[in-house]
Amino acid sequence: MDATESVRSQKIPKWVLAIVPLLLLIVLIALFIALNPLSPFTGAFPPLEELTIQRVLFPENNQIQVTVINGGPDPVTIAQVLVDDAYWQFDISPGNTLERLEQATIDLNYPWVDGEPLPIMLITSTGVTFDHEVEVAVLTPETGSANLLSYGLLGIYVGVIPVALGMLWYPFMRQIDRKWMNVILALTVGLLIFLFVDTLLEAFEIGEVLPGVFQGTPLIIFGTLFSFGILMAVGQRRGDNTPVGVATLIALGIGLHNLGEGLAIGAAFASGAAALGSFLVIGFTLHNITEGVGIAAPLVRGETPKLRIFVGLALLAGAPAILGTWIGGFAFSPLLAVIFLSLGAGAILQVIWEVSKLLVKDAQRQGQTAISWLNFAGLTAGVLIMYLTAFLVKF
Amino acid sequence: MKETEKGVSRREFLKTGGIGMAGLASIGGLRSITSAETELAPPHQEDDGSHDHGMPGAVGEVDHEANEFHPMDLLYDFDYGETKEENGRTVREWQMTAVDKEFEIAPGIYFPGWLYGTTTSAASQKAGHLVGQCPGPTLRCVEGELLRVHFTNASTHPHTVHFHGIHSAFMDGVPNSGRGVIMPGESFTYEFDAQPFGCHLYHCHANPLKRHIHKGLYGAFIIDPDPENYQGEEREIAKSRNRQYPENEDVNEMVIVMNGFDTNFDGDNEIYAANSIGFAYAKEPIQIKRDQLQRLYLINITEFDPINSIHLHANFFNYYDHGTTLQPTLTTVDTIMQCQAQRGIIEFSFDGFEPGLYMFHAHQSEFAELGWMSFFEVVA
Repeated sequence: MDATESVRSQKIPKWVLAIVPLLLLIVLIALFIALNPLSPFTGAFPPLEELTIQRVLFPENNQIQVTVINGGPDPVTIAQVLVDDAYWQFDISPGNTLERLEQATIDLNYPWVDGEPLPIMLITSTGVTFDHEVEVAVLTPETGSANLLSYGLLGIYVGVIPVALGMLWYPFMRQIDRKWMNVILALTVGLLIFLFVDTLLEAFEIGEVLPGVFQGTPLIIFGTLFSFGILMAVGQRRGDNTPVGVATLIALGIGLHNLGEGLAIGAAFASGAAALGSFLVIGFTLHNITEGVGIAAPLVRGETPKLRIFVGLALLAGAPAILGTWIGGFAFSPLLAVIFLSLGAGAILQVIWEVSKLLVKDAQRQGQTAISWLNFAGLTAGVLIMYLTAFLVKF
Repeated sequence: MKETEKGVSRREFLKTGGIGMAGLASIGGLRSITSAETELAPPHQEDDGSHDHGMPGAVGEVDHEANEFHPMDLLYDFDYGETKEENGRTVREWQMTAVDKEFEIAPGIYFPGWLYGTTTSAASQKAGHLVGQCPGPTLRCVEGELLRVHFTNASTHPHTVHFHGIHSAFMDGVPNSGRGVIMPGESFTYEFDAQPFGCHLYHCHANPLKRHIHKGLYGAFIIDPDPENYQGEEREIAKSRNRQYPENEDVNEMVIVMNGFDTNFDGDNEIYAANSIGFAYAKEPIQIKRDQLQRLYLINITEFDPINSIHLHANFFNYYDHGTTLQPTLTTVDTIMQCQAQRGIIEFSFDGFEPGLYMFHAHQSEFAELGWMSFFEVVA
């Protein structure tokens, strides 16, 4: 019977076999729609409304611009806008009704007060309200060339300079003996572990304000796994764990992290949330110096690379911060920030893997355990250094 | 209003305001984007007059046709019901119904209300069928009459009609007393004497009370004084207050029920209004003749807030708290407040005033900016 069955099925063309389940699915959906078996469940449900205010800008002294997105399953009609608990005249484009995932821009002429918080509320046709608290109303920088330069400088301060400074420890690291070199590698792993956790946490924090439809948490997890996997595959294929190769991977991972960090910083400056901007920038500079140490550490083992390789590595790790501050300052989107941060987290994870492998191999060659007390102390010191320097940027 | 934009506030920069690290400031080129150290000296906000400061208020128009009642009609509509004589006594009757009805309370904002309607209201007469309106029809009668309110509950929830007046326990229109709640589809006739004269109200008293009131089940209930019961000057005043006397025609009488709507059901009103429609009399000012005595029956039924108020611009008025006296209880005031269910009569005139727009509103600025904002247009 088995034989005849298989003979019979062999007569049916393959493409038919492939299409049968799909056909059945279509029939089932058609039946579902026609018969509406869920009718007992449909009462007088109000439409599920979900609006997210993505951004509030203050382009001029008497202007407010609100960007809002409909992240819910149904169209939403914005009926009125309240600023500081008062109905206020507004223009909305493209229109009052937002389809699913449609974005709208609301413009108001409102005499906002510089440096003071400002609550904004949208009220829909069904009376549902969506709140947003602007922490400080501050004139939004224009997208002029002067500001482009200022934001670029910001990126250099938090990205390129600290990385380059950290790499200047290279000559010192070269002088110390092998045992201590492994400690420095372990220290690098510690720094990276901190960065990995920090990047993920930041991604989750921003992910909270994403409209539900974008599924912030899975997006972050899979974004991280994706970039980890891609970089692993790239690493395997190249089969290259030369000092420069490892340093490049580290620089790439840190670069992605700095891109995300730059985004957040740029957005903070643009929205005026960075009231103590200069202090913050110094904090980031100190905090990120350790990233340079991490990049330089694997280079100690081989020949001293050419200067342009150092410059290239510093730019690879630091320059994305410039791009980040530009995007964050002029076109911040939480979705973009979450994607970059999770890709960065995955990249850092991959670097942790690479550097740890170096450590383990080195230990094996010398017939020692990789997790010696000394190495563990180095790792702990790495986490601790990052933790303590983070005091400067977290409040 | 607690949600913050985490993307930019994640480092909670502002909490550091007190650290006073301004000394660390000045990283050259970065200055231009740190908005000039807001914590030290709030920068000037130049206003060269070229900027439009914008206008408060709602955008768009309410479709009063769809609501089937117009705030301008509510202002002047006194529902006298139907009268007949029984044993030499005037009996006044209304056919009142409670319905579920969604209506527009401000441009584009719809509220799923529970409303009263009568067959004799102006809105029902105009529509040719019973219209649920908010506030409910202003029931008006004369002191000493026998009143019968034939109530039918056509809503999906149990309701009552509780009158502020003098009546028996059985006719009180509250749960667990007398007739109690009137279930959907049931009817009951509330019967009592019209007393005391004054400016009163009625509302649903079913539980949960808060919800039943703020859904829209309330209205004005005015008992005119009977001049036959008073002498001398008081008699003349009573005539002016009583619609059956020609003296009353000299007065422009209006009703305003101060109410609010909690559209997101969070225990806080999103809309405040005079007669339900936010900004209605601001968009369409109430025209009054400057040499005519104005009498405003004012009732506060606002839920969730302890008081509401009215402030008349550029003028003063006399106030009759509860309307139960023929002499004012307050004279020459321009602002009065009322707790929920408090009400009274306001009398004023713009005699000798320059024609123009005169504002009146709740003097809780919040209520005013959330809809309880109005104008009189005084004409010569």
